[in-house]
Amino acid sequence: MDVGEKMQMKGLQKEVMESITEKVMAGGRISDEEFLALERDADLYQLGFLADGIRRRLHPEGNVTYVVDRNVNYTDICISACKFCAFFKAPEHQTGYLLTFDELELKIRETQDLGGTQILLQGGLHPDKPLEYYEEMLRFMKTTGIHVHGFSPPEVCHFASLSGLSIREVLQRLIAAGLDSIPGGGAEILSDRVREATAPRKCSADQWIEVMEEAHKLGLRTTATMMFGHIETVPERLEHLRRLRELQDRTGGFTAFIPWPFQPDNTALSQQVEIEKTTGMGYLRMLALSRIYLDNFENVQASWVTQGPKIAQLSLFFGANDFGSTMLEENVVAAAGVSFRLSEQEIRRLVVDAGFEPRQRLMDYTVI
Amino acid sequence: MKSFVQQAGLGDILEKVEAGERLNLQDGLALYNTKEILALGYMANLVRNRMNGDNAYFIYNQHINYSNICTNLCKFCAFGKDKSSDLAYEMDLAQVKEKVRARLDEPITEIHMVGGIHPDLPFEYYLELLRGIKEVRPDVHIQAFTCVEIAHLAGLAGKSVAETLDILRDAGLGSIPGGGAEVFSPRIRAITCEKKLSGEQWLEVAKTAHRQGLHTNATMLYGHIETMEERLEHLDALRTAQDETKGFLAFIPLSFHPQNTELSNLSRTTGIDDLKNIAVARLFLDNFPHIKAYWVMIGPKMAQVALSFGADDMDGTVKEEVITHMAGADTDQAIGSKTLVRLIKEAGRVPVERDTLYNVIKVHD
Repeated sequence: MDVGEKMQMKGLQKEVMESITEKVMAGGRISDEEFLALERDADLYQLGFLADGIRRRLHPEGNVTYVVDRNVNYTDICISACKFCAFFKAPEHQTGYLLTFDELELKIRETQDLGGTQILLQGGLHPDKPLEYYEEMLRFMKTTGIHVHGFSPPEVCHFASLSGLSIREVLQRLIAAGLDSIPGGGAEILSDRVREATAPRKCSADQWIEVMEEAHKLGLRTTATMMFGHIETVPERLEHLRRLRELQDRTGGFTAFIPWPFQPDNTALSQQVEIEKTTGMGYLRMLALSRIYLDNFENVQASWVTQGPKIAQLSLFFGANDFGSTMLEENVVAAAGVSFRLSEQEIRRLVVDAGFEPRQRLMDYTVI
Repeated sequence: MKSFVQQAGLGDILEKVEAGERLNLQDGLALYNTKEILALGYMANLVRNRMNGDNAYFIYNQHINYSNICTNLCKFCAFGKDKSSDLAYEMDLAQVKEKVRARLDEPITEIHMVGGIHPDLPFEYYLELLRGIKEVRPDVHIQAFTCVEIAHLAGLAGKSVAETLDILRDAGLGSIPGGGAEVFSPRIRAITCEKKLSGEQWLEVAKTAHRQGLHTNATMLYGHIETMEERLEHLDALRTAQDETKGFLAFIPLSFHPQNTELSNLSRTTGIDDLKNIAVARLFLDNFPHIKAYWVMIGPKMAQVALSFGADDMDGTVKEEVITHMAGADTDQAIGSKTLVRLIKEAGRVPVERDTLYNVIKVHD
């Protein structure tokens, strides 16, 4: 047998691949076993063709969307001390910041002047600001008319425990104060083993799911994220995706899934254990696997902020149909030693170069 | 998988590729113009696997740029400087020897040395560089002086290219790098590098080297003002030359970096264009044994992915890369062999450490 023939035999077994392909192309759902088989044996092209086929089926018009927004981190003071985070400051260090409302307003005005439609508002788990403070923040921000995509589930859980209210009550109050939608951050890996080891003080997997479920029931749309490539196993990645897919079956409230690899620089985790940074190949494979498994998610985002413009562009052929946001400001990934910047014009150029139509959108994926 | 390629409208080319038939210019143009990057990559990967199996090569090498003083001053170059420039430099023999000596404890097998077209260094200087390096590190392979420099050296020596190459080889030259090819088209050269050796002359120097028993590489600088047709003519000229002499080892597409050049108004190449150039080269240059993804230019992430789009070589550890970094490259100037091995393994390939001539030094499995 020559080298060429030998290579043809690599990858997922032909019969298994054919049955998965048939199912996926008809809009069907793969099983956990099929996910694991693809993860283990499929080559880059088997994953790519499947994920790209799904993207084409869901978005036949050939649009690639993006949102013009700014990441505003109202504070970096945080009691959670997650080991994978290079952004937070512990309260006792007294080196953290808390943005004033004037600073918030300035950031919002700058965003609006640049055609921005929303603020991604997230912060650390501040030890003593009460729920009323965040309600006031929202009411203040909403006077500008901007869409507030804010407070990830760990923040909502934190507000609940500080206030003694239920998650549902906290959400109702935030919505009444103007909250428009919830970002999918803080999901990390939805497995309690991984959370215990890396972020023991952060909300549990169940609590994360509960916040999103309640939010969806109250009519809020949210996104879902996954931060992979640290200490989690493949079955734990699958567990994460399974929980998202199950919740989406119940509520349909997720607009998009956004996976990105852990960025180890300046984190406690990378000092404790040797973690090898996820490669371009590792990212594209996981992106494609997510697109294939999450059949009930309409949109999957590329992560240019962690992968850079070249791999992000290529992501559009591995399942992604959205370029995420222009991120007029970004602090968290930058703290972990990664500093890609892309202008709206550059995002549009990359999308056109890849053969798609760039379209600015809102949080709910309505095209402007 | 075949059906995906057929749906992408590339079924006819796939049949040729599977049968091992040579692609014509029209096929090449269809490949450059397709938006179906997966279908293109899939075909290039078939050829890559047929020719190189699972091997992904790299080399432990050192770059030395003896001088940036250059009379050509091509518009796409941020490295070359006029002799009067504050940024101009030239190393004397002692400095070059010191650079080699400083890294004697590393398992370097190749020194890659290029410079500009210097207005007044004598022929003897270049011979001394070669002899000096060999004196400090006798076993090292010196890959030095692009075809453009070789033609210039022949002028200095007042001898034919063949005779000049023999003299250089006696002084220690092992092979010739692929630089200076740019895009062969006379239109492109007239606009961007009118003083440079013509495309025909470049090819003639390369073929002469092959006939004298010296291997060379070939490059193409893409992503500036060239058309797809001009890229293909470039590849076609290389393929024809290789049919004649079989002396080219690797083809290396080089992505244009605009910063600090006279073409700085242009954008950087995109990831899709980088992969296209790798894949089309692998499919079109059926007589080139190797296609290199130069990580310094496209980044380690893309170079790793390129191993599935036709490339079988990631170049090397490099160290002290200057030319691309002058033009704004944001990659590191060196990469550890450990990192290269990991990138290759994660791409599902076998890391093979090689020497310049692709002899296997070590298989890292």
